[in-house]
Amino acid sequence: MSPIARTLIGRAIQAVTVALLVGVITFVLAHTLPGDIAMRVAASRYGADLVSGEAADLVTRELGLDRPWTVQLLDWLWRVVRFDLGEALVTGEKVTDELGLQLGYTLLLSFAALFLSLLIGPPLGLLLGLRAGSAMDRAGLTASAAIRALPPFVLGLLLILLFSLVLGWLPPTGFEGLRELILPSLTLALGLAATSSRITRDATASVVAAPYFAFARWKGLSDRQALLRHGLRNAGVPVIAYIGMQLVWLIEGVMAVEILFAWPGVGHALVHAVFARDIPMLQGTALTMGLMFVALNALVDLTCAAIDPRRRAA
Amino acid sequence: MTSRRTLVRALGLTLGLLALPAAAQPDALRIVAPWEIGGLDPARTGYLFQRMQVAETLVTTDRDNKLVPLLARGWHVSDDQLTWTFDLRPDVTFQDGTKLSGEIVAASLTRARTAPGILSNAPVTAIEAADGAVRITTATPFSALPAFLAHHSTLILAPSSHGPDGAVRSVVGTGPFRITSLTPPRGFDAERFDGWWGGKIATARVRYLAAGRGETRTLSADTGEADLVFNLPPTAFQRLSRSPRVTLITASIPRTYILKVNAGGPFFGDIRVRQAVSAAIDREGIAAGLLRTPEAVATQLFPPSLAGWHAPALPPLAHDPEAAKRLLAEAGWQPGADGVRTKDGRPFRVTLRTFPDRPEQPVIATAIQAQLKEVGIVVEVSIGNSGDIPLGHNDGTLDLGLAARNFSLVPDPIGTLIQDYDPKGGDWGAMNWTGAGAAELAATISQLGSTFEPQAAQALRQRVAAILQAELPVMPLAWFTHSVAASKRLSGVTLDPYELSYRLSDITFTK
Repeated sequence: MSPIARTLIGRAIQAVTVALLVGVITFVLAHTLPGDIAMRVAASRYGADLVSGEAADLVTRELGLDRPWTVQLLDWLWRVVRFDLGEALVTGEKVTDELGLQLGYTLLLSFAALFLSLLIGPPLGLLLGLRAGSAMDRAGLTASAAIRALPPFVLGLLLILLFSLVLGWLPPTGFEGLRELILPSLTLALGLAATSSRITRDATASVVAAPYFAFARWKGLSDRQALLRHGLRNAGVPVIAYIGMQLVWLIEGVMAVEILFAWPGVGHALVHAVFARDIPMLQGTALTMGLMFVALNALVDLTCAAIDPRRRAA
Repeated sequence: MTSRRTLVRALGLTLGLLALPAAAQPDALRIVAPWEIGGLDPARTGYLFQRMQVAETLVTTDRDNKLVPLLARGWHVSDDQLTWTFDLRPDVTFQDGTKLSGEIVAASLTRARTAPGILSNAPVTAIEAADGAVRITTATPFSALPAFLAHHSTLILAPSSHGPDGAVRSVVGTGPFRITSLTPPRGFDAERFDGWWGGKIATARVRYLAAGRGETRTLSADTGEADLVFNLPPTAFQRLSRSPRVTLITASIPRTYILKVNAGGPFFGDIRVRQAVSAAIDREGIAAGLLRTPEAVATQLFPPSLAGWHAPALPPLAHDPEAAKRLLAEAGWQPGADGVRTKDGRPFRVTLRTFPDRPEQPVIATAIQAQLKEVGIVVEVSIGNSGDIPLGHNDGTLDLGLAARNFSLVPDPIGTLIQDYDPKGGDWGAMNWTGAGAAELAATISQLGSTFEPQAAQALRQRVAAILQAELPVMPLAWFTHSVAASKRLSGVTLDPYELSYRLSDITFTK
């Protein structure tokens, strides 16, 4: 079996394990939270003016929330095996339908953030790596550290203040079009670019200092030819692998940014599901984020294998 | 070098995207409010579709806050006061082309009766369709029935709105705006429905967006990203009223910040203790300092805008910490060495529950905590979910609850009073309140429900206000100020004190 096939099978097993663990743990945790689940669902459905004990009783009867929770968990597991994630407690819509809509928005935000960060980070890192040790390089290090130290929430607020309030160029909230996408994705992109630029800078600097690069120059290749033919792919492997690790940060950051900008993605839905004790929605969104992580890591594995021939050989 | 060129190109692209001109179409009216879509059923967050005029009810209110027919043409009650006939407006079509009929209305109202809406509080026994009308029978005379038919749970939807299992799958109403795209929970787009019975309106497109955070709403108004922004946080009032881009409109509405009290526990069972707590609260400070509206001080439960219910002759609730201390001592609560009052070895420690859906609430709770500390009562503030208060009411663990109670659930406060001051208590009203005052209030409300004669009704309303002021099963704190920041490009913007409609059909763009 080729290494690629082995990697993919490993990731598939990881996906199944993640699914089961996330589902069971979120279910158990949600039931240990304080407050009455039926009352929380009723509050989300009917609003503060109409929520009452009567509304909560109605919800309990409708959703079978008075069954012992072991029964509810087994019911959920039986459904998941048949790819049925159930219905959201608050809206009554199928969880898969809601997730489909929300996942679209989260993926849009994540890819826009990744795209912007790839436009900003690696090119900047390449530039700085070729000038390693210079004043520009040190300025880049300070800027990266400062941006990375700010949590996405704070960075997002600063961008809103600058671009919405002071300059008035971009909207502070919304989800309809490109203009509304820019600030949330820029918030995430800056954080990602801060580290990817440093990784690229280090990789470039070490490649430029490596013997094979010196040999390429002695052979007669110009700086640019040596870089393109030998430098980039060697520098590329650690960069891509690190970008894979950054995906953890991206998934956490997506949640914070979605809440700040009220972007209707999976992270936003997850937080709402926690407050509303909407357990099927909570399990569905946590599951989606976990599986997204596994899928993105599998993608990174495949990309690394594509670049690095050593990984393809048996 | 290639890398430099790529860098420059990337920067250029980014700056180019940033400088994009505003992409909003000129005739889309953008509305921002705190409330998210919690489901399509009218009994849930149906008020969104009512306010955005996507669907309509039989009855509504006009600019003078009088009940007027909407989908009904008029109504009359039989001589025995038990059978109401609502004549329907002729030639009304739903947004899918179906004609409005008595059967469709009866079906919607029957569904509204079973849902946790307001209609279940009215003594309705039967709802039948008649030719071009709907007939409703009540068990006892009930003068407020028309007001109940203005509630959002009684929105009339077309039969095509429902799936085969009866659940609402889309909102197809009779209003001037038809939904074109729905993105729950955050919002929806709607376009003008030319077949509306009310005629042609100016606005072609509207967009509703939910923004739960007050600061986000303020920014949306300030930056001109939204045309109408509702429920601004009080901290933004000053800035928005000076803004060149928006007009800030505020109005006192029949909603009051109240302190719900457990009148059955060891603490608040004694009327003197309740009077002491009321006297210890600095309402002027809360209204001026926290709500930025000094005139919002609640001297009694019903604000002056609720004519008939507001009793000008009642002595106002006053801030008097010395009287509070005296009353507490009389009731047997003596200050201990640490300043905390005790009685029979039990310290006066209670929990105040509130929720952050309205950002002022946690702040008011903290102010009350400080004010009660000064008279020796220790209050722990618990900020949770709005459901925590009914939960505490039903399992008996609630001491104090802070909320902005809506007295216009229907355009007649009796709708709220029936729920809150039921002899068994109400989730948002009296808790464990017994005695002569409680019995008299329940009897007065019941009598008011069946009184049709205006002068007799007026006398009963004043009696209700007087009993509530004397016994304080629920303590009024401040009257609620509703607010909207409207873009200066709009004309015809008004605030509906009953929050039934955003009155979009009256609004036009001036440029």
